[in-house]
Amino acid sequence: MLDPEVVEHVSQLARLTLSDEEKDKMRVELSKTLEHFRALSELDTSALPPTAQVIPIENNMREDAVGDCLPKDDVLANAPRTRGDYIRVPAVLKAF
Amino acid sequence: MAARANGGYQVVIGLEVHAQLLTESKMFCACSSRYADAPPNTVVCPICLGMPGVLPVINEQAVEMTILTGLALNCRIPSHAKFDRKNYAYPDLMKWYQISQYDLPFCVGGHLDVTVDGINRRLGITRVHLEEDTARMIHGRDETGEDYSLLDVNRSGAPLMEIVSEPDMKTAAEAREYLMSLRNILVYLDVSTANMQEGAFRCDANISVWPRDGEIGNSKVEVKNMNSFRSVYRALEFEEERQIAVWESGEGPPEQETRGWHEASGTTVSQRTKEYAHDYRYFAEPDLPPLVLDKAWVDDIAARMPELPSVLETRLIETVGIRADDARQLINNRELLRYFEKATAGYGDPQRVANWITRDLVKALGDAGASPSESPVGPGDLIELLKLEDSNRVSGKMARDIFRTMFETGRSAADIVAQQGEQITDQDEIRQAVRKAIQENPKAVADFQAGKTQAAGFLVGQVMRATRGRANPARVNELIAAELG
Repeated sequence: MLDPEVVEHVSQLARLTLSDEEKDKMRVELSKTLEHFRALSELDTSALPPTAQVIPIENNMREDAVGDCLPKDDVLANAPRTRGDYIRVPAVLKAF
Repeated sequence: MAARANGGYQVVIGLEVHAQLLTESKMFCACSSRYADAPPNTVVCPICLGMPGVLPVINEQAVEMTILTGLALNCRIPSHAKFDRKNYAYPDLMKWYQISQYDLPFCVGGHLDVTVDGINRRLGITRVHLEEDTARMIHGRDETGEDYSLLDVNRSGAPLMEIVSEPDMKTAAEAREYLMSLRNILVYLDVSTANMQEGAFRCDANISVWPRDGEIGNSKVEVKNMNSFRSVYRALEFEEERQIAVWESGEGPPEQETRGWHEASGTTVSQRTKEYAHDYRYFAEPDLPPLVLDKAWVDDIAARMPELPSVLETRLIETVGIRADDARQLINNRELLRYFEKATAGYGDPQRVANWITRDLVKALGDAGASPSESPVGPGDLIELLKLEDSNRVSGKMARDIFRTMFETGRSAADIVAQQGEQITDQDEIRQAVRKAIQENPKAVADFQAGKTQAAGFLVGQVMRATRGRANPARVNELIAAELG
């Protein structure tokens, strides 16, 4: 079973505020998920090449050419708040 | 790790540089990467805005620029590379993850050779990798007193190359030299403007200080917010002193943390506890297929390698034959170097051209706040002036005055000389002016004859004034001595 501190840490990284009940639930569910991966990792893969991607494509690149951008109003359309031509977000300390 | 002579401590410095690449378009989309003068949020598309469901595609030019840089830094180019997601939550990161490279970067294990105080140092390069830039943030307070942060997404998704050094530097001076050498390499490779003030070349420094008689530990302080070579130097000097003071007070080692350089106070200020690498939860970017860097491709990129600044500097000193300090000054400013190359193309005395450039031209440009390519006196104009001096039509003193007039008015040297007259070298004409000065200044003559040799200088000045600076100074000196002798 996961330590409560690990659940707390992961929820902070994801910027999720969890109630104590939710934390307890996550502790159980996340532990189960991890258990599944533990089972998978028992497979002997030493004979297989490392896989970073399941799609059998390599070196898919584009030419360095400029195309169209969105109109500014569309860029700002989904912003909860704007100020002038900027997206406005709650103040963050410069120092994070 | 060699010890530093500062009374029992050794300093360990490593640098991370982020350089914006001079591609036409952004890293994973077709928005222009030349957004510097664009109004906010006008160079943005769904990809760099981080909308769900979009498909980024790798900019080939950015990859090639990164590999070229790695090759210039003597790195090994692995056969495989991939992009990864670096996860963290901050408003400047639209997707809450940054596409970066974790365990398979484009370039690994290189070095950069520098010379500091006459000592050659080989500084290790850990890796060079590619990632995307973040949105620009502005912080302020509105009319109601509420603090806010604003986002300009134009910079988001611009290609950013990260160059990580080994912790090989032992002094702030070495760090500065590493940065300047690296800046020059990027400029000569045409991969970045590497302009620090404009944010195209950003440096974070890791620094730790350890008692010389103990072990070197793992903890370190990361210093951010330095936007000039000078501030990097000052910040590292400050941090070295601060960390020594922590040890001296018995509280070493200094806490691992991030500190921001504060230019006005000349100090570093604690920002936050350092996040450890595993907090970023890197995993392979599922939207971007991996890259195979085959030998033919890497060879093709290597074939485009221009002459590197260190090679060029050696050539300027050993083959062209100019002084080392002049060579360094020219290398550090590529426009100035181009000016020099154009000027010397049709002129046989490179050192003389270098003198004029590093003395008169640099000063005039500095006063005018202009760059060498904006100089009203072009390389050909300067050579025209030097040739007038070579043929004795103007004196050295006149040439420097003419240069200033050329710079201020944009007129040619020939035009100015035609108007104010050539140098007077005619013996009789100068003798006449000398006799007149002697006649009119009996006191100076008496002083001279009483042994005050500096009175001759006064008479020289009088002659130069009467001839509006055109008399050949050497002749004037000779004739005054002859007349009074």
